[in-house]
Amino acid sequence: MAPITMIEGIRQAMFEEMDRDPAVVAIGEDIGVYGGAFKATEGLLAKFGRERVIETPISETAIVGAACGMGFLGLRPVAEMQFIDFIACCFNQVTNFVAKSHYLWGAPVPMVIRGPSGGGVHGGPFHSANPEMYFVHTPGLKVIYPSTPSDAKGLLKSAIRDNNPVLFFEHKFLYRRIKEEVPEGDHLVPIGKAVVRREGDDLTIISYAAMAHTAMEAAEQLAREGIEAEVIDLRTLLPLDRETILTSLKKTNKLLIVHEDTRTGGIAGEIAAIVCEGAFEDLDGPITRVTALDTPVPYAPTLEERFLPNTEKVVAAARELSKY
Amino acid sequence: MSNPLTREQHLDLYYFMQLNRQLEERMVRLFRQNKIVGGLYSSLGQEGVSVGTCYALEKKDWIAPMIRNIGALLVKGVPPRDIFTQHMAKYTSPTQGKDGTSHFGDLKVRHIVSPISMLGDLIPVMTGVAMAGRYLGQKIVALTWIGDGGSSTGAFHEGLNLAAQQRAPFVLIVENNQWAYSTPVSRQVPVKNLADRAVAYGIRSWIVDGNDVAAVYNTTKEAVDECRAGRGPALIEVKTMRMRGHAQHDPAEYVPKQMFEYWRARDPIALYEKYLTENKIWDAKTKAEIDARIERELDVEQKFAEESPMPPAELAEEGVYCEGCHAIEATWQRAKAEVSPPASSFEPGWEVKDYGAFAEVEAIRKETAAPAVFAPAGNAGGNGAKVSKPIVKSGGKPQPKPPARGVEPEVPEVPRVPFGRGPKDKSVREAQNPRDRHAHQNPRDKRGRR
Ligand SMILES: Cc1ncc(C[n+]2csc(CCOP(=O)(O)OP(=O)(O)O)c2C)c(N)n1
Ligand SMILES: [Mg+2]
Repeated sequence: MAPITMIEGIRQAMFEEMDRDPAVVAIGEDIGVYGGAFKATEGLLAKFGRERVIETPISETAIVGAACGMGFLGLRPVAEMQFIDFIACCFNQVTNFVAKSHYLWGAPVPMVIRGPSGGGVHGGPFHSANPEMYFVHTPGLKVIYPSTPSDAKGLLKSAIRDNNPVLFFEHKFLYRRIKEEVPEGDHLVPIGKAVVRREGDDLTIISYAAMAHTAMEAAEQLAREGIEAEVIDLRTLLPLDRETILTSLKKTNKLLIVHEDTRTGGIAGEIAAIVCEGAFEDLDGPITRVTALDTPVPYAPTLEERFLPNTEKVVAAARELSKY
Repeated sequence: MSNPLTREQHLDLYYFMQLNRQLEERMVRLFRQNKIVGGLYSSLGQEGVSVGTCYALEKKDWIAPMIRNIGALLVKGVPPRDIFTQHMAKYTSPTQGKDGTSHFGDLKVRHIVSPISMLGDLIPVMTGVAMAGRYLGQKIVALTWIGDGGSSTGAFHEGLNLAAQQRAPFVLIVENNQWAYSTPVSRQVPVKNLADRAVAYGIRSWIVDGNDVAAVYNTTKEAVDECRAGRGPALIEVKTMRMRGHAQHDPAEYVPKQMFEYWRARDPIALYEKYLTENKIWDAKTKAEIDARIERELDVEQKFAEESPMPPAELAEEGVYCEGCHAIEATWQRAKAEVSPPASSFEPGWEVKDYGAFAEVEAIRKETAAPAVFAPAGNAGGNGAKVSKPIVKSGGKPQPKPPARGVEPEVPEVPRVPFGRGPKDKSVREAQNPRDRHAHQNPRDKRGRR
């Protein structure tokens, strides 16, 4: 099979799931004739028609609300946020309606909200956000943030089949920059399972999404200096795969967490707490984080570069940590 | 078009309104005995709205109640024990104590979506229910309520606009009970009638006396029929009055005394009793029988609730996720093949009529050589809003009226029933629908009710 981009993986997942099950419908802005702002839904309308590819007004609350209502009747809607930043507009629907229905009155909401997220493309403060932690903090949701074409495809397919509301973040920097061969057939990747991308004994680097690639680059560079890093790609942020984290930490005894999200309240803090609760005695150094700054995502390339973590910052932090 | 109500239906409407009232009166007593957990919001005095609207639905239709729509739940067949236990946070309640008040639903049997407290959010959700029902071929109508206050939320606008754009089989009841907590309607919105807003969505609207249960029923029935026939969505403003404070803690001293008196004289149950008697639909014996039945039923239901246990503490940890506890299966009432390729495949593209307003602008430009400005076509709000004249540049000729084509909203006519004279009013109906002249009047009906 020819290697494909991440956006193509996402598109294939949509096609395959809609083909498999007529309960799957797509809803969002400009997703039909135009094929979506990033063309993730290109061709869907021609194949599945207006009843299943629902082009809406610019109304995020209505998109998510309607998708929730469709879910109550047993459909499996996939709602697109044109940019994930706009999910702030429907925060209430997501956190109060969608997330709480099953706990409160036993109503499952089988829906997916997906959209392009993340920085590094000079999108400015309103088109570069990583708002995943608002939702990781919301019981009832699942949160996925893949880093490769095959994970994106396999996880999106799993998300559509899941009986719970799933938020699916797609890093737009990765949409077309990497290509990968995706397994043939009905390729599913389980939700809630992290993956060890590289094995090593000296320290563990945990990351996800675009930063998973930064972590890998840093690990290669560190290897040339004789430091062997184990790299974990979380893939799913909620539920978090504690087992993979703790197993690795018990082997390497040192932990570096890298994320593109801002520092305060980022998932690094949560992972640090999990490690303190579950493997405190195994720690041989301070839990270290490399994250974005606690600022909005700035626009100018020089500013954004300062804002974002990068390979050098990760390597520098890893060197410090490995001195313990 | 709706048919005249049968005797059975008349008695049903009375039964549900009285059941609603007696149930809530009992809950007020339970509240005073500290047996209600948290606050108690009442719909006393608004029973005609919840009962009249919900009674117009079929069993398969979907509702999402607001907190003051206890009557609608009863009409949908929810047993009073569910309402008692919800308010008392009992383990036997539909949410097993996880939420209170009318916050519970039933996806399988009664087709009820649970509300959340955030006002307005049910509107997009019920729009989605309506769209899904249509997609699955179920021919359902989805209905929800919103208060006068809640109608100012963003979700109201987004939901109603999506419903309109989708022509969804969705009925929105705007329950105008004159107050949003301590704020009167006049301080919330600058329009006289909340139904006037329907013009902006290009949908049909009605205004009806909410304390006239038969009028509420008839109007809702008409709106529901319209939606089922594919001409939705619809908006009905129901004028009524919140006869208590916002909740039990609130003595509502901000409400002018005379306002309470005015509306007390229009109590929906007293009015309906009078109507049933005057039109000899029932007699004192029938009323006594129904009232006694309600007491009997409520005794049993209340006892059940009071004797029920509180939920076990461990329950707090359960049910955040569906872990195989639900089999999700849509109920298809059309062939899946219709919405699957190849049947669903087509050559997509947009058709844009008249390229927007370009033709009109060109016409005006030719005449005046002035920048073309013209009034929106739908600008004839029931509030007496003036249609603004095309702006004439000083020195320029008056501009010609723009041709209607291309600027008319797709559903130009937004019929309006004047307040206080529901669709039962002969003149109104004849004006709207001459064919319907003889369809509905009950000859004994002096007040014009059906
Ligand atoms: C979005 C939102 N803001 C504030 C509140 C708090 N609140 C609850 S009820 C209420 C007044 C509602 O008035 P109205 O919509 O007219 O309904 P009514 O109480 O009259 O039935 C307010 C402000 C809320 N529930 N939701
Ligand atoms: Mg009100």
